[in-house]
Amino acid sequence: MSLDKGTVRAIAELARIDVPEDDLDHLAGELSGILSFVEHLSEVNTDGIRPMNSVADLGLPMRTDAVTDGGYAEAVLANAPDAIEGFFTVPKVVE
Amino acid sequence: MAYLIQGETGDWELVIGLEVHAQVISKAKLFSGAATDFGADPNSQVSFVDAGFPGMLPVINEVCVEQAVRTGLGLKSQINLTSVFARKNYFYADLPQGYQISQYDQPIVGEGELLIDLADGTTRAIGIERLHLEQDAGKSMHDQHPTKSFIDLNRSGVALMEIVSKPDMRSPEEAGAYLTKLRTILRYLGTCDGNMQEGSMRCDANVSVRKKGEQGLRTRCEIKNVNSIRFVQQAIEYEARRHIDVYEAGGDIRQETRLFDSAKGETRSMRSKEHAHDYRYFPDPDLLPLVIGADFVEAVKATLPELPDDKKARFMAEYGLNAYDSGVLVAERASADFFEGVATGRDAKMAANWIMGDFFAAMNSGGYSWEKPPVSAAHLGAMIDLIKDGTISTRLAKDVFVFMVETGKDPAAIVEEKGLKQVTDTGAIETAIDAVMAANPDKVAEIRAGKDKLIGWFVGQVMKATQGKANPAMLNELILRKLKE
Amino acid sequence: MMSELTRLTIAEAGRRLAKGDFTARELTEAHLKVMEARRGLNAFITETPELALESASASDARRKAGQAGGLAGGLEGIPLGIKDLFCTKGVQTTAASHILEGFVPQYESTVTANLARAGAVSLGKLNLDEFAMGSSNLTSYFGGVENPWKKGSDPAARLVPGGSSGGSAAAVAARMAMGATGTDTGGSIRQPAAFCGIVGIKPTYGRCSRWGVVAFASSLDQPGPMARTVEDCALMLNGMAGHDPKDSTSAPMPVPDFAKALTGDIRGLKVGIPAEYRPDGLNAEVARAWDQGIEWLKAAGATPVDISLPHTKYALPVYYIVAPAEASSNLARYDGVRFGLRVEGGSLDDMYRKTRAAGFGPEVRRRIMIGTYVLSAGYYDAYYSKAQKVRRLIAEDFTQAFRSVDVILTPTAPSAAFGMTDRSDDPVTMWLNDVFTIPTSLAGLPGLSLPVGLNGDGLPLGLQLIGRPFDEETVFKVAGVMEQAAAFTAVPEGV
Repeated sequence: MSLDKGTVRAIAELARIDVPEDDLDHLAGELSGILSFVEHLSEVNTDGIRPMNSVADLGLPMRTDAVTDGGYAEAVLANAPDAIEGFFTVPKVVE
Repeated sequence: MAYLIQGETGDWELVIGLEVHAQVISKAKLFSGAATDFGADPNSQVSFVDAGFPGMLPVINEVCVEQAVRTGLGLKSQINLTSVFARKNYFYADLPQGYQISQYDQPIVGEGELLIDLADGTTRAIGIERLHLEQDAGKSMHDQHPTKSFIDLNRSGVALMEIVSKPDMRSPEEAGAYLTKLRTILRYLGTCDGNMQEGSMRCDANVSVRKKGEQGLRTRCEIKNVNSIRFVQQAIEYEARRHIDVYEAGGDIRQETRLFDSAKGETRSMRSKEHAHDYRYFPDPDLLPLVIGADFVEAVKATLPELPDDKKARFMAEYGLNAYDSGVLVAERASADFFEGVATGRDAKMAANWIMGDFFAAMNSGGYSWEKPPVSAAHLGAMIDLIKDGTISTRLAKDVFVFMVETGKDPAAIVEEKGLKQVTDTGAIETAIDAVMAANPDKVAEIRAGKDKLIGWFVGQVMKATQGKANPAMLNELILRKLKE
Repeated sequence: MMSELTRLTIAEAGRRLAKGDFTARELTEAHLKVMEARRGLNAFITETPELALESASASDARRKAGQAGGLAGGLEGIPLGIKDLFCTKGVQTTAASHILEGFVPQYESTVTANLARAGAVSLGKLNLDEFAMGSSNLTSYFGGVENPWKKGSDPAARLVPGGSSGGSAAAVAARMAMGATGTDTGGSIRQPAAFCGIVGIKPTYGRCSRWGVVAFASSLDQPGPMARTVEDCALMLNGMAGHDPKDSTSAPMPVPDFAKALTGDIRGLKVGIPAEYRPDGLNAEVARAWDQGIEWLKAAGATPVDISLPHTKYALPVYYIVAPAEASSNLARYDGVRFGLRVEGGSLDDMYRKTRAAGFGPEVRRRIMIGTYVLSAGYYDAYYSKAQKVRRLIAEDFTQAFRSVDVILTPTAPSAAFGMTDRSDDPVTMWLNDVFTIPTSLAGLPGLSLPVGLNGDGLPLGLQLIGRPFDEETVFKVAGVMEQAAAFTAVPEGV
């Protein structure tokens, strides 16, 4: 599988990473190389095999419904690049 | 009668599917121990997990799972003993992790059904496609600052049930009835408070139109986050009309997400949702498959309350109420309970009439709720007993009721105190009749000459003379006898 | 005195602290001195000498008051380095990324909290490949780490310590710390341990909590110890491991005393030797070290058994689909809103794109993009789902093998440490470093690397022991025997 510039641009947009137009070709080549490297998986017969999403062979543990966390807005905001009046901020969004 | 919109090129049919996000009633969030209360200070109910801090991991809240199962059972749906949490990946200001933990191809609840009650007294089954658990996002506020949006993550991570209907609805009325019924069921179950103003129940409507008789579905638009049932209906109506206008002008509808502007009564395209979406769902590697036992489901089933449809059927069979009255009384669990508190061992029809009449009127006059009703079920029942044993007439009962609301006192005490006991002494009533007859010999003559209409006037006069306390049945009987003497 | 203190093992230091031969403060001071002297290796991103001295003094006070010893006194007063992937309350945690520069967590990872409870002293935060993505430590935003070992043939050449736990391996090898925490996703503990001539174990997935560890690939990430002896690793793992209800994938299993497993008796044990780990063209010195290892085990009474792990060759492609896919999602939270770097932009998306372009280095960006692609509509089944199915086949290979053997012995890495400028161009070539460690990660099994000798150029070589799930004890036991047989006493330059 070889990726073209347009696809790389679309992936970069999905991943929200600016890629300068000049770098697209190079990156397309690199990513295509990686994809061709992983592609020989297709030769493995996996009929009837369930995907192994986790090696942990457990059910999902559940916790009881109790308030045990939160209540520390200051700590939550302590690392914010731009917090105002207890809120995080982002450039204005028009919905 | 099918609901059709008449266009220039013919009749159009609506196809509506609804996705409801219902906030689960739980103390803590779906995957963290932060509180879920509404209206707290910004970011004060946020754990590091909810804010997507590095290295933070989700652990599921058992009660949220239980609530989803309970709701699934209430919607007569398939419960999936194994379900999987997946990440829905997208970037947005109020989505701290950069993904929402949701369920994708293996939801906890599968297909089911909900009966909607329509104004003409008929019911119709609407298919439920699925119900899944997911976390809510935070809240963005856009009016606080000229160049910035503010983000509060208090809601981030709160458990939601996304309940998806099949595209089975054909009119705004049906959509409204679906939401009303769903809300009733959720409240019965105690799994969601159904408060649309506070956003604990939100609705996205998928709307498309097609020519009458046309098979297959046309492109749909999704109207996001409409916050009242009335607005959902307005939005659907507007959107359907818009589609028809576009098609009839030779245009095509683009699949998109739209926003309902309740002030203008219009829908418009959402700019923030213009990006082509590719959510890249995959099983959340921080969570393992959710496996619940059949015993877990059975245990939840054992705690299910009687649901509105069953209750309605029972009210009709057990109490002999008609479908309409039963429907009104079961609309809320509290009203149904109140009714049964009054009706048990009494004349149920009379109980229903009093509740739906004077009682609801008092309830709506303000300041009352089911927790604090204008009169208690016990007092209302006792009042009905007084009517039944002839202590007070229905007419006097209305006055007694007003005093009950005002004072909160027992009806017997009020009757005693105010001297409202009806007169059942034949002699006393006869004396009063005689006095009225003596004062109005001309009217007596007219009646005796056949002018029966005046009998009513006579009854009124005697009742007035007894300050309304004469037993109406006895009064009628005695007057007739005396006048015809 | 100073140099003597930094040459001690954790076990020895523990005993002598207990005897009162020296104080924890003295032990910590000795290591702080080496840290200062060896700053050129760039092993630390953040040094915390004041905090270290403070907790060392606290340890001395506890000892004096007779409360010493979290777990059998094993780590009381022992100075350790912490990979800068573990969140540490009040101390900058960067994951070696510009995007987290200046981030000061308000919480402490479970593993480092466990270590502190066991009495350990933290010296600071160790360098690594950015977000643990790499096998050379060259992808760190804070610069590469230099391996303290030198080639005999070219002593001026600067070598990589391996990665991603390169700072941890270099610090332990250079005696800056008695041990260090690492994390291993595809070999990030074992390969640098091998490159730096130390011992490191990736425990069974679920043995150590991931809570508070900056995530790379959640289904693979696993914290583990790195130290200079097998026993020291066992002592450290005692302090790190344990069920954590805050991590849904943490195993609700009791933690044995791993140090007790070092009985020296491996008679009758069956040791699997997988044919697929001896491909044509395997480095001859690596092959020789492996053969030597087999001989040692035989001499100690164990039986080598030839086994096959037929899907081994697919492990690398599986890994390079699964790990980037999970990473692309795990790293979405670095968006400039709540912590870390923010590059302002005209719109929300503009801010995201600029922040993430400036904040992530090239390898991280590359993996995020690959991961984004393999999860995207239309490709999920062909890549991600396919990879997870092959992953099951790889895991089943091991399950099958462990029906006939107790432990598996392989080389840790295909070569010894290489030069910092040798081979960073082609990402795929770089990834081949992890060819022997990745299958174990995919199967979630415990894997330990220990040094067994030097190659002809004077660089250490490591062998890997792989165990059954949650059977770290057998791995430690066999490793202990091999360690004795190998009698690896070589030290890097300057030690």
